[in-house]
Amino acid sequence: MRKINVSRIRDTVEELCLKANFELRRDILDAIRSALKKETQRRAKDILKTLIENAHIARTNSIAICQDTGMVFVYIEIGQDIRLTGGNLRKAINDGVRKAYSRGYLRKSVVSDHFFRANTKTNTPAVIVTEIVDGDKIRIAVSPKGFGSENKSRIKMLKPTASVEEMKAFIIDVVKEAGPDACPPFVLGVGIGGTFDMASGLAKRALLKPIDSVNPDKRLARLEKELTKEINSLGMGPMALGGKTTVLGVNMLEYPTHIAGFPVAVNVSCHATRSASGIL
Amino acid sequence: MTKKNITTPVTRDALGALKAGDEILLSGVIYTARDAAHKRLSDMITTGKRIPLDLKNAVIYYAGPTPPRPGRAIGSCGPTTSSRMDAFTPALLKLGLRAMIGKGDRSTEVRRAIRKNASIYFLATGGIGALLSTKIISAKAVLFKELGPEAVYRLEVRDFPLIVGIDSKGRDIYDKARRKKR
Repeated sequence: MRKINVSRIRDTVEELCLKANFELRRDILDAIRSALKKETQRRAKDILKTLIENAHIARTNSIAICQDTGMVFVYIEIGQDIRLTGGNLRKAINDGVRKAYSRGYLRKSVVSDHFFRANTKTNTPAVIVTEIVDGDKIRIAVSPKGFGSENKSRIKMLKPTASVEEMKAFIIDVVKEAGPDACPPFVLGVGIGGTFDMASGLAKRALLKPIDSVNPDKRLARLEKELTKEINSLGMGPMALGGKTTVLGVNMLEYPTHIAGFPVAVNVSCHATRSASGIL
Repeated sequence: MTKKNITTPVTRDALGALKAGDEILLSGVIYTARDAAHKRLSDMITTGKRIPLDLKNAVIYYAGPTPPRPGRAIGSCGPTTSSRMDAFTPALLKLGLRAMIGKGDRSTEVRRAIRKNASIYFLATGGIGALLSTKIISAKAVLFKELGPEAVYRLEVRDFPLIVGIDSKGRDIYDKARRKKR
C-alpha cells in the first residue's frame, strides 16, 4: 500500500491554484488565437486581441487573469491502494487554497454566511469533490471559477421522451440568456443524465477537459461539434458585441439515468476558463 | 475608430456628444462599488441618512480588485456584472451619479433613469483585469474598508479603455446588436 502524506496534497493544491490563476490554459489560448483568425469584424478582433494580451500580462507579472479568482473547485481522484497519512484531507486541501490566495495576492471572494455575507478572508472553504478510483495515484484538478458565468449556469429536467433537438434548444437558450454578462466567448460544460446533482457535477467536471480533446463517445463528439457551430452562428461574439466567436468549445459528459428522466445541466464558463491539474 | 479622450469629473456636456458604441479612453478619478457597497448606500438613502460619498458628477466602477503586489497600485481589476446593481442604480443617479462602468446588460428602469438624468453607462471588457490594472495609477480604500474586495476604492485611471453601452439619450449598444440579429 502506497502512503502519501496529505501535506503533499496541500502543496500541490497551492501550486495548482497559482498556476490556474496566472496562466491561461493552453487549449483556451489556442482557441482564442484560432478564433481571431476567423473573425472579420473589427471590434470582435480587437476584443480577442486584448484577451491574448491580458493572458500575457497575467503570466509575465504573476497577476490574476481576472479579478474574480473564484470559489475554488477541487476535484480529487484517489487511488484505492493509497493510504493517506499526516492529517485530514479536507483540511489539507483548504490549507493549500488559503496559502495560494494569500501568497498569490488573489481575491478572497468566499462568504461564510448567506444572510450577513461575512467574508472568510481566506477564500476557503473550497468546493471539494473526492472520487475513489483504481490504482495508487492521486490526480488533483483545481478550477477557480468566477461567478459572472457561474450565475448563468442552468439545469433542466427534460422529459425522458425529449428529442436531442429539444436538448440542444435548451443549451442554446442558456447561452442566449447568459448573454454579455458571463463574458463570451464561453466554454460550455454539459452534463447529461444521472440525477439532478449528478448532472450538474458532470457539467462542472466537463470544463476541466481540454476543449481541443475529442470526446471518446462518438455521439457526444458529434453533438459537441454541432452545438459549437450552431451557437457560433448566433452572431453574439466576444462580449456579445457581435462576431463569429460565441463559444470556444463545448464539452459533454454523461451518465446513465432513470426511465422517467433526462437531466441536462449546462455550466457556463467565461473566456478565462481556468483550471490546472497534477498527479501524485 | 478613433477613441475620444474623456477626463473626470465628467459633465453633462461632455457626455452629450457620446453615442452608444463609441470607444473612449477615460482618465481621472473613479470609485469602485459593487453589490455590498450598493446595498449599504441604498440602505442609507432609504433611511434618510447622508451618504458618505459625493456622487455629484461621480463615476462608479463595478469592480472588486485582487490585492496589489508590493510596489504595485492595484491587482487585477476588471468589471463585474452590472445588472446585479440595477435595483440600486436609479436612486444613485438621482443623487448626481454621472457615469457607471461595468459589463453586460442593464434593466429598462436603469436605461430610463440614465436618459432622465443625462448620465451614461460604459462597458469595460470583462475578464481582462490584468490588462486593465496597467491603466490604474493609484488605488485607495475610502469607504466600507471592512468589506475587503467589496470596499469602495478611489482609483486614479489613465487611458482606461471603454465602450459606451448606454448613452445619455438612452440608446443601448445591446439593443442594436439584438435587432441586427433578428
